Amino acid sequence: MEHSTEIDQSYEYSKPHSRTPEEGRAVRKKILMVTALLSVITIVEVLIGIYYSKTHVSPGTWQAIKWFYIVLTLVKAGYIVLVFMHLGDERKNLRTTILLPMVLVIYFIFICIFEGNNILQYVQDILK
Amino acid sequence: MAHDATLEMPAKKLWGGGTSPFGASYGKLMMWFFLISDAFTFSTLLIALGYARHVHADSWPLVEEVFYHFPFTHAHLPLLYVGLMTFILIISSVTMVLAVDAGHTNNKKGVLFWLGLTVVGGLVFLGSQAWEWYTFIVGGEGVMKTVIVDGQAKEILVQGANLQYNEYGHTQFADFFFFITGFHGFHVFSGVVINAIIWWQAAEGVYEKRGHYEMVEKAGLYWHFVDLVWVFVFTFFYLL
Repeated sequence: MEHSTEIDQSYEYSKPHSRTPEEGRAVRKKILMVTALLSVITIVEVLIGIYYSKTHVSPGTWQAIKWFYIVLTLVKAGYIVLVFMHLGDERKNLRTTILLPMVLVIYFIFICIFEGNNILQYVQDILK
Repeated sequence: MAHDATLEMPAKKLWGGGTSPFGASYGKLMMWFFLISDAFTFSTLLIALGYARHVHADSWPLVEEVFYHFPFTHAHLPLLYVGLMTFILIISSVTMVLAVDAGHTNNKKGVLFWLGLTVVGGLVFLGSQAWEWYTFIVGGEGVMKTVIVDGQAKEILVQGANLQYNEYGHTQFADFFFFITGFHGFHVFSGVVINAIIWWQAAEGVYEKRGHYEMVEKAGLYWHFVDLVWVFVFTFFYLL
């Protein structure tokens, strides 16, 4: 056999590395900061949910709150993926490979919400 | 984590063979690809939820009027319990990050401590979810509803929820609750099992012998993903 089918990948593994105590502290500090941020966002979301219920605000305000929720969720998701999952530290081609397919989801959301609204309208028109 | 020395490489050399173009090992790459497919599965579930919500906008309940229970009290506390569950999962995600970080410096004690806490956090979350399901299924006073029993429409007192009807609103509300939180809960359960196995292997010294703790990193990716999904479930099922 000319080529071995076993490819030595050992050099690709995340090898342990020595670091100074200061570097270790910096890493832990970043983790704690992100934790605090995620907790604060969750608390804000719950408080808005309690005090600005859909029935207590005007439709326009509710629409704004809805988008605010979505933005907060995306911020939370971004921090989890980029910091906790270390995607921010990966190579750019890996980042693109993972994040780009999610564009399809946005399109699918648009289709389904649009269609859902239209079906509701259609049913209400029939019942009229 | 990618090695800094190989981070900036000309594309030709990168794809020329002999090295991973992504700077990640096979196992880690496959975990990421699995997570992409799992993200699509959860996306379709949540998008289907959005569709049902918009079609049945007139009979969809106010979610904060459904989930206002809290253990050991009869007070009306909307969303607080779900907020607490979210917090538990975030904290267990943080302990996982610290376990991965301990693995990066070959700190076996640190890995065992933080990974152990992660398993405990996962179990606490599963317990909380069991309580929430129980409360949801048992229900409260109940409402009179016209339902189809044996092909005939009957007016009966509906209490709590099952897959056919529930006291809160449209049938699909409870169906989506059971399916989405159930599917997520199953992910949490498998995550707890995987973390427990890896804790055991780390305690046995398997990774010490191997020279690296990448397995903790891979399990960590899965665990963070479970947390990530819950962030979206929390917003799109409970808040909106």
